[in-house]
Amino acid sequence: MINAIIEVFPVLMRGINITITVFIFSAIFSYLFAFIAGLCRVSNNKFVRGGTGVYVEIFRGTSLIVQLFWLYYAIPMLFDVGIDNRLMAGVLAISLNYGAYMSEIVRGSILAVEKGQTEASIALNLSRAQRMRIVIFPQALRMMLPEFGNYLIQILKATSLVSLIGMTDILYHGNILRSTNLSAAPTVYLLLLIFYFIMALPLIFLTRKGEQISKRGVAS
Amino acid sequence: MVDSVKEKNSSGSYSSNTGPIVEYKNVHKSFGDVEVLKGLDLDIYPGEKVALIGPSGSGKTTIIRMLMTLEQPTSGEIIVDGKNLCHMEKNGKLVPANEKHLREVRGEIGMVFQHFNLFPHMTILQNCMTAPIQVQKEDKESAKRRSIEMLEKVGLGDKLDNYPSQLSGGQKQRVAMARALVMRPKIMLFDEVTSALDPELVGEVLEVIRDIAEEGEMAMVLVTHEMDFALEVADRVIFLDDGVIAEEGTPSEVLEESDNERLQQFLYRFRS
Amino acid sequence: MNINWKWDMFFEAFPYILQGIWVTVGLTFACFLFALLFGFVWVFLRRIKFKPVNWLVTWVMEFIRSTPPLIQLFFIYYAWPMIPGIGVSLTSFESAILGLGIHFSTYIGEVYRSGIEGVDKGQWEASTALNFSTRQKWTKIILPQAIPPTIPMLGNYLIIMFKEVPLASTIGVVGILALAQTYGTDNFRMLESYTIVALIFLLLSYPSAILINKLEKKLNRRFDKKAAIQENKGAVV
Repeated sequence: MINAIIEVFPVLMRGINITITVFIFSAIFSYLFAFIAGLCRVSNNKFVRGGTGVYVEIFRGTSLIVQLFWLYYAIPMLFDVGIDNRLMAGVLAISLNYGAYMSEIVRGSILAVEKGQTEASIALNLSRAQRMRIVIFPQALRMMLPEFGNYLIQILKATSLVSLIGMTDILYHGNILRSTNLSAAPTVYLLLLIFYFIMALPLIFLTRKGEQISKRGVAS
Repeated sequence: MVDSVKEKNSSGSYSSNTGPIVEYKNVHKSFGDVEVLKGLDLDIYPGEKVALIGPSGSGKTTIIRMLMTLEQPTSGEIIVDGKNLCHMEKNGKLVPANEKHLREVRGEIGMVFQHFNLFPHMTILQNCMTAPIQVQKEDKESAKRRSIEMLEKVGLGDKLDNYPSQLSGGQKQRVAMARALVMRPKIMLFDEVTSALDPELVGEVLEVIRDIAEEGEMAMVLVTHEMDFALEVADRVIFLDDGVIAEEGTPSEVLEESDNERLQQFLYRFRS
Repeated sequence: MNINWKWDMFFEAFPYILQGIWVTVGLTFACFLFALLFGFVWVFLRRIKFKPVNWLVTWVMEFIRSTPPLIQLFFIYYAWPMIPGIGVSLTSFESAILGLGIHFSTYIGEVYRSGIEGVDKGQWEASTALNFSTRQKWTKIILPQAIPPTIPMLGNYLIIMFKEVPLASTIGVVGILALAQTYGTDNFRMLESYTIVALIFLLLSYPSAILINKLEKKLNRRFDKKAAIQENKGAVV
């Protein structure tokens, strides 16, 4: 067993850069899309609202793995990209998908801020933008924290899919090992699972922290 | 009794002899099928203290919420300081007011709410100084100085850096008043400001309103259930019933001398 | 931009790919059923008061939940048969039921738990006062109240699982995604094939989501008395 681990571990580590790169980019763009789409969904303009709604429903209504393959084949047709289109497809699929889910959290949290808060800011004559920026959004952000933490773990889990479009992440290297030596399979996949769990641990604690902040409501 | 009010206006015993600062002209308001206000005509003069009383559902809160632009009248006009509140002129036609127009009119009005509506993520000092800085573009130092002065005036000078969640209901309501006052409104609206408070905290809030009223220059409209307080502070008391003004006059005229039956019934419940 | 799209191939591929729908939908329900049953196992394991067991169960659940279901599928399909002594060889369909079923059972267990915690404490006390046995308490009093309010949440998980099921194509389950890949590679028409799969998912999951949303509102009115009371108050000032 120990020998097997010593043999397998360094091979898997060859993919670590890709896994972490995909995760970080996906997380950043997921939040970006979530905030943009979430704010658009509470916009006054019904075309902005409707258009964003279509994006959200399409990406929530279809499967991430299908979106990934679709983008992988569509991107080269849509853009003449010189850069690695697999990275682009992987990051874009994950962040468009989770951005759509999380935009619902953004929207829901904004709508959940008490009506009295808007009324008080109207009474103080704040402009529409100021109301959102100074009063509503900071309060909504606190409500988003626990769910946002949970989605970070989902995004991490989703990074394993990029091996399916040929990105050489840790799972890709693991699969190659298994295909050459089937008896190594238990070690390979157990190590992969443990590796993902270790990556998830800080996110789990971050989520719990977010829950606490959210429950407390206001920093005191 | 309505006549006697007009008399007083023309003789100038209400603090100003200029025209009214707020005029409601035949204002109707419905929520769905329910008509809450059925043709309201009401003038409020600069510096005047008006108490609105009446059973729940009589439309008194709606009157001040429309003035704060939190509700739109179904029909009729509201004029604030000569400016139409709900409509504006565009190419010679009257069109519904846009945000810019609303913000111009709103600047004259401040409001204190039943449930305080303090911003929970800001300290009480930030609660007070945010609007002067953001809306009136006052410089930070002066806004801060004035906010501290105002909070000291309402007796909370030692709580500047506390968050609303750390205050009692009465303290929260005093912060809410300071927050509205820092904006130096010409008209202040009080929406049942003591109704959400424990009985023992009502006094401290009324005390502050009394102080503000004594300074005199601001017009004040109070929706209230505190009859004794209305008697003491108000220049004029208006009894609303079923969407219309049923009785109107000086506090003693309305609360002590009127023989309106509905009013008697209403008052009986408070006096018993 | 150079969009290479052929409508005739699109329409030719559609019926071919659609054949896989029974496998995809069947697998979805099989996984869901497994997760529904296994979810109860987690609920009861978590109720064990003995600290080390409680701690272990909590972290096993956390482990299953925070690692990728794709790798869990590979583990069950490729690795489990290789483990000496306890190894069992499963078909790809069985592996998918087990893998996705266990993965989502940890979420469903939490849904049950929230339902059980939502039952008023007085109900436990009342059923003790009426001298019900433990078994009767659960089956007659608590669960009948705890489960119905969670139905919309469970429905949402059914839709989520439907969208995760195409992962099973990686271990050889031939649903719509696998058929699309076959057609796409054979005819060099990947984009059309994947568009069809996306379309099928959208057509099935979007109406289901709306349906569950409606159900949720209906159930809220029935079970969440607080919400019902607020609704009755209405908006009149």
